[in-house]
Amino acid sequence: MNVVAEAIVGSRINDFVMKIANVNGTGSASANGLLMKTVFRMGVPVVGKNLFPSNIQGLPTWYEIRVTKDNYQARTGSVDLMVAMNQATYAQDLAKTSPGGFFIYDSTWPRPELLSREDVNVVGVPLAQLCNEHFSVARIRILMKNMAYVGVVAALIDLDMDVIHELVREMFGSKANLIDGNMKAIQIGYDYVKDNYACPLPLKVETADLTDGYIMIDGNQAAGLGCVYAGATVGAWYPITPSTSLMDGFKTYCDKYRVDPETGENNFCIIQAEDELASIGMVVGAAWNGARAFTPTSGPGISLMSEFIGFAYYAEVPIVLFNVQRTGPSTGLPTRTQQSDLLLCAYASHGDTKHILLFPADPNECFTSAVEAFELAEGFQTPVIVVSDIDIGMNDWMVPKLEWDDNWKPNRGKVLSPADLEKMDNFYRYFDSDGDGVPYRTLPGESAKGSYFTRGSGHDEFGYYTENADKYIKVLDRLTLKLENAAKVVPGPILTKAAEDTKLGIIAIGSSHGPTLEALDRLADDDIHLDYLRIRAFPFSPEVDEFLATHDRVFVVDQNRDAQLRTLLVNETIGKKKQLRKLLWYSGKVADCHFIIDGVKADLKEGDE
Amino acid sequence: MTSIAKPLIEKHLKKNDLGLTVRDYEGGMSTLCAGCGHDSVTAALVQAFYELSVEPHRAAKVSGIGCSSKTTAYFLGQSHGINTVHGRMPSVATGAAAANGELHYIGVSGDGDSLSIGLGQFCHAIRRNVNMLYIVENNGVYGLTKGQFSAAADLGSKAKKGEENPLSPIDPVQMALTLGATFVARGFSGDKKQLVPLIKAAINHKGFALLDVISPCVTFNDHPGSTRSYAHTYEFYHPAVHTDYIQPSKEIVADYEAGSSMNVEQHDGSIISLRKIDEDYDPRDRGRALEFLTQAGARKEVVTGLLYLDEEKSDMHALNNMPKEPLNTMAYEKLTPGSTALDELQKSFC
Repeated sequence: MNVVAEAIVGSRINDFVMKIANVNGTGSASANGLLMKTVFRMGVPVVGKNLFPSNIQGLPTWYEIRVTKDNYQARTGSVDLMVAMNQATYAQDLAKTSPGGFFIYDSTWPRPELLSREDVNVVGVPLAQLCNEHFSVARIRILMKNMAYVGVVAALIDLDMDVIHELVREMFGSKANLIDGNMKAIQIGYDYVKDNYACPLPLKVETADLTDGYIMIDGNQAAGLGCVYAGATVGAWYPITPSTSLMDGFKTYCDKYRVDPETGENNFCIIQAEDELASIGMVVGAAWNGARAFTPTSGPGISLMSEFIGFAYYAEVPIVLFNVQRTGPSTGLPTRTQQSDLLLCAYASHGDTKHILLFPADPNECFTSAVEAFELAEGFQTPVIVVSDIDIGMNDWMVPKLEWDDNWKPNRGKVLSPADLEKMDNFYRYFDSDGDGVPYRTLPGESAKGSYFTRGSGHDEFGYYTENADKYIKVLDRLTLKLENAAKVVPGPILTKAAEDTKLGIIAIGSSHGPTLEALDRLADDDIHLDYLRIRAFPFSPEVDEFLATHDRVFVVDQNRDAQLRTLLVNETIGKKKQLRKLLWYSGKVADCHFIIDGVKADLKEGDE
Repeated sequence: MTSIAKPLIEKHLKKNDLGLTVRDYEGGMSTLCAGCGHDSVTAALVQAFYELSVEPHRAAKVSGIGCSSKTTAYFLGQSHGINTVHGRMPSVATGAAAANGELHYIGVSGDGDSLSIGLGQFCHAIRRNVNMLYIVENNGVYGLTKGQFSAAADLGSKAKKGEENPLSPIDPVQMALTLGATFVARGFSGDKKQLVPLIKAAINHKGFALLDVISPCVTFNDHPGSTRSYAHTYEFYHPAVHTDYIQPSKEIVADYEAGSSMNVEQHDGSIISLRKIDEDYDPRDRGRALEFLTQAGARKEVVTGLLYLDEEKSDMHALNNMPKEPLNTMAYEKLTPGSTALDELQKSFC
């Protein structure tokens, strides 16, 4: 190797981070995906995070790949191998490279200033020049430069070229010329590095068997697939980053699995609405009419949909929403992540309202949450919002393979058939005959006896218009009971006990799970032990109160400025403000574990004084 | 919305093909002002459904907010109804139709609900050609909030206290024509004879049927100087096309002069018989229809009748290649790919 600084101490087999800096719109996604998938297929756990701008072409974009034998799911916050393919960000990319790390750049244009850091190994590869020599069309040269750096990285970290070849073949299927072209580009990069540098680096990938039973999938695709399995038939949406790929997923799988083989007709209906006011209205109409219907959206969409969410709450229409959260407020950072819509979703709409929320922590849970959401919505005849975020929704995650039980059937909740109605003297839509807060409903078109009038205006338990205070209150209190009962059956929290008895606790939801688990390991290394409760739904299960009752100090991990999860806990549990300590991350970047470790340590230190 | 039960009056009422009387198609008692045009529209709807012998529970009513939207409680008491939020009836109707295309959907809206707050949804439901009857009960004012001009108010029309409307109106009929609507009609609440066949034809039209009904507000917009008063509407009333609706199984009784009527067959085999009153008018020509309306508008005429009809265009169901079988009750076996498919699919995720 002709450039060697004080390299990373020891070898870092299957445990390092590489980051690829590129320009948006140059087609680097497939190259980055190829690198990640190669590591995965070599049997080594991997995490991929895409940091991309709200832009079609031209702005900087980064892709971070963590090779993690310990199967951590978060970022580390450091970069051991920087693949700097965007001259505009060379300086900041160099600055972000860890001491002893490696920095690869396109040396077609010499950049002596990149040698300014003596603690970083700079690896120059004349990628543009190599591609220009081997490819003639301008656009192809740009695309192939991406594949060439795959070859460079493959040589440096010892990726299995047979696996890469296999993936390229899968990527391009029967298009032999594309397979050959891409493999050629990869080989060019590979050979150059092999000829000019000592390979592999101390950072390298060694084949293992740690990924059996796992898949790589993003949360939006998994949620869309979950909607297919849940039996959803109507999807209405308005395009919004970062939820668009959820409906793309639903459509892909409906086209694959829901087209009648004999008639060619679609056993589903997807409507691209004119705005979010309409998409939620369509979902309300379809759900009122007995279809499992849903809409995927993001924070701004929830703001617009709020009036209808309140209508569905009060008129008791079972609707399902997916909020793939992005960074707010307002337009905010549309391609960056946050958990900042928690309060909005919990109480969306004017008047007294409260909604069931599910917090999937990874794409596997997006799949199961989608199914669970429809069961809860129809079971309780109320809106359910699956609250994920960009990190879960749009990044490829390594998660356990999705499972399906063929004996499963949807539970459509309390729906009376014409035969049921025949046996009854009278049918009243909002009458709580079972005492559990959930009344019976009927479907339009089935029976005159079951007909009723749905309204967002004041109504009594018989479904008639009323402005009478007692009758109004009776219905409103039943809705409270309904949500209290929902708290008992929503997916409960998962308790992870510390290695030692402790009065310290930590609570997290959704994509904070990965950073929290890793932080707990690091804190345990320093002999700080916390019991961990991962909450999976709102209204909060009774176990949350139990946890708060048995822990003196509880840290609450929030990916928002205002500690919204903590606010919900203060509002809805026995938790006390003083007891609940804030751990905040709201930069829009995918979180790593450091803010948790540092926050816990700082708080404990303060508490000791 | 307010409603009270109607008193039962024993009468020897005629029965339709299902053995039902007009009473079986009525709803709760109206709480609108005495003389409100909307109540006449309600009566026409009751009559039309009774005459068509539709099973009441095979219809579904959808509305938004406003005086007009309240009326869905006053007819078809044996049908499901949903009174939604302001201006959003079209989207709810669209979703409902997506879930089950086999019901008769009746959307009742007003000029405020459809042309101001709900203008976007109104337009897009037309573009999608949702299979429904969409009635705009058009009175030029906001009644429930006490008489503000609506977007349908004519330029120069006077409010109750005398102020003139300074803004140009939005005409739902002309909008519908430019947006590609396949059934565009205008009626007048004071002419039930014309309104009932229009409603019947609209109910059986396969696609979006707009029926704009001039329906005067007796409390806030029935004074001299208003262009939506009963008096003004009668004075400038101009039926352009006489419409008759003939049910599929019924014999066609020709009581028109030969040569002057035009028969259009609907998808269910029923026939709409159109008799031109104006020589120049052709309800199959979108461009001519618009031109005619523009010219008549300049003469302040309130042109009524089935103004445009296209029975060929695909409705939302056809456009989405959906089956006749309703999605809302489709067996789960037809909807789930099963575990084998999931295992197979996941090979591509490894």
